[in-house]
Amino acid sequence: MYLKVLFMNKEKDHLKDISEIRSMMERSSKFLSLSGWAGIMAGIYGLTGAYVAHFVFNFKPDSTKYLFYDFGEIILLALAVLLLSLITAVLFSKKKASDKGEKIWNSISKRLLANMAVPLIVGGVLIIFYIANDLYGLIAPTSLIFYGLSLYNAGNFTIREVRFMGFVQIGLGLINIWFLEYGLIFWALGFGVTHILYGIYIHIRHER
Amino acid sequence: MKVSVNDLHKAFENRIRLGIMSVLAVNDFLDFNSLKDYLDVTDGNLASHIKTLEKEKFIDIEKRFIDKKPNTRYFITEKGKKAFEDHLKVLEAIIKSQK
Repeated sequence: MYLKVLFMNKEKDHLKDISEIRSMMERSSKFLSLSGWAGIMAGIYGLTGAYVAHFVFNFKPDSTKYLFYDFGEIILLALAVLLLSLITAVLFSKKKASDKGEKIWNSISKRLLANMAVPLIVGGVLIIFYIANDLYGLIAPTSLIFYGLSLYNAGNFTIREVRFMGFVQIGLGLINIWFLEYGLIFWALGFGVTHILYGIYIHIRHER
Repeated sequence: MKVSVNDLHKAFENRIRLGIMSVLAVNDFLDFNSLKDYLDVTDGNLASHIKTLEKEKFIDIEKRFIDKKPNTRYFITEKGKKAFEDHLKVLEAIIKSQK
């Protein structure tokens, strides 16, 4: 009897060892505190931004070389959308991480950001060049493509679905090149609709 | 394959040592504080387990300087990787044989 109990304990120990190893490996190699809500909010900001650009600022890019007298407003608007999305993502992640008793700033989140930064900076420099040369039509597809590439990289360090979202953004950006006149719509589809769908999916899949 | 508990490496009997090996198996390098965060242990406790694994040559140290401050990073050796993988295989085999 005593032996049997001992044996059972051993078996349980091995199972526990394996499940602990698995969770350790995942926790230390993937940033799992990305929140679905942050995706949904970023999508809403993106859609609002596109709406304001089009209907309030009357921004209707229809060709590569589109002359728009007051592009400053649009740039400010885009930066505001970007900043709001980033702040929201950090706040939601921080909450999710602290709920799990983890820190948001660790070796894996650093690596995640470093891997996202490379394509984002390259895309950013290209976009500054476009702005300086009035090539406004190319901004939407370029931002989609390079954002998509950064998500594709990020997928290695967080939930796999992020990589899929990267493919969607890259795809939208590439198609957009052939239909430059619809830049704002593609931009709204990528940064708005895709984020919202992704956020809802993550929320249902990982957060309930 | 016939396996027994004796095939399990003694160094991995301890949970914390197993934890150190698990996180180093999927990270190229980790410093002391990151290890501490993942494993939730005290400095002294972690240091002694690291020493044990070092003696077995399962993990190794890389010392470098960041902004003139010394920074020590740990990484898994080839020997450690092999031993850890073997350990996992034995664990799985034992569990399978008991079902």
